[in-house]
Amino acid sequence: GILLKFREFFGLLNAPRRDGFVSFHTSKYRLHYLETPSGLRLVLNTDLGVGSAREALQHIYSNLFVELVVKNPLCPPRAPVQSLLFRQRLDAFVRSLPYFGPR
Amino acid sequence: MSRSPGRKQENHKISRELFVLTYGALVAQLCKDYEKDEDVNACLDRMGYSIGIRLIDDFLARSAVKKCRSYSETADMIAQVAFKMYLGVTPSVNCSSATGNEFSLILDKNPLVEFVEELPEERASLCYCNLLCGVIRGALEMVHLAAEVSFLQDRLKGDAVTEIGITFLRKPEDRKHRR
Repeated sequence: GILLKFREFFGLLNAPRRDGFVSFHTSKYRLHYLETPSGLRLVLNTDLGVGSAREALQHIYSNLFVELVVKNPLCPPRAPVQSLLFRQRLDAFVRSLPYFGPR
Repeated sequence: MSRSPGRKQENHKISRELFVLTYGALVAQLCKDYEKDEDVNACLDRMGYSIGIRLIDDFLARSAVKKCRSYSETADMIAQVAFKMYLGVTPSVNCSSATGNEFSLILDKNPLVEFVEELPEERASLCYCNLLCGVIRGALEMVHLAAEVSFLQDRLKGDAVTEIGITFLRKPEDRKHRR
């Protein structure tokens, strides 16, 4: 399956990043990570068959997070996201990704 | 939010005038709420700050710029990309200190004052566009740059130009955040 989460645990990823995107993999899964200059970190875990999820993460940031959370006056900035609409759109987007496969 | 692509230009023009008029109404209301100019200025700055901390994400998403490597690059980014994107004007940038952390943006044309001729006498210290200072300050803070932003000159007060001063308060090496 695919998990989407926003959290901070990247002690190991202090290496300088060119455009904020990093991807690494273990034998079990691949992790895609996008960091914005404003300090927002987006993480996507996929299985090993996925090459690069950079565009997906960029879309989630630009078209979902900014439009539905940042611009929503009822969502406090940098607080856990409560917006139901955001969760629904995010879920729909992830499900629409070509590499999403239900288990 | 869906917009029909054909009408994009028209929508932007209409909403800009509405925005300018709304801003004027906002300042007028604040002047009624507060007696002192300093209080109005502080309130505009706070509002601008709240806008700036959110606007930065919209800016980053739409402009897809990478991290700036220097204060000078940051000031250029604000003037040439951000101002252009949101207000349709491009102020010129001056570096006004040898240490390289003080800049000023010179605005030839300020869309926010399109319908304002001059400040009333009893509001001589009012920084009409102080919201902009707050926006810049808030946006910079979200990319981990502390700055002081204020109006150095203001055409509405009789100065020759409108000039916004940005003073960066920390060195770039301190920008690495530890959370």
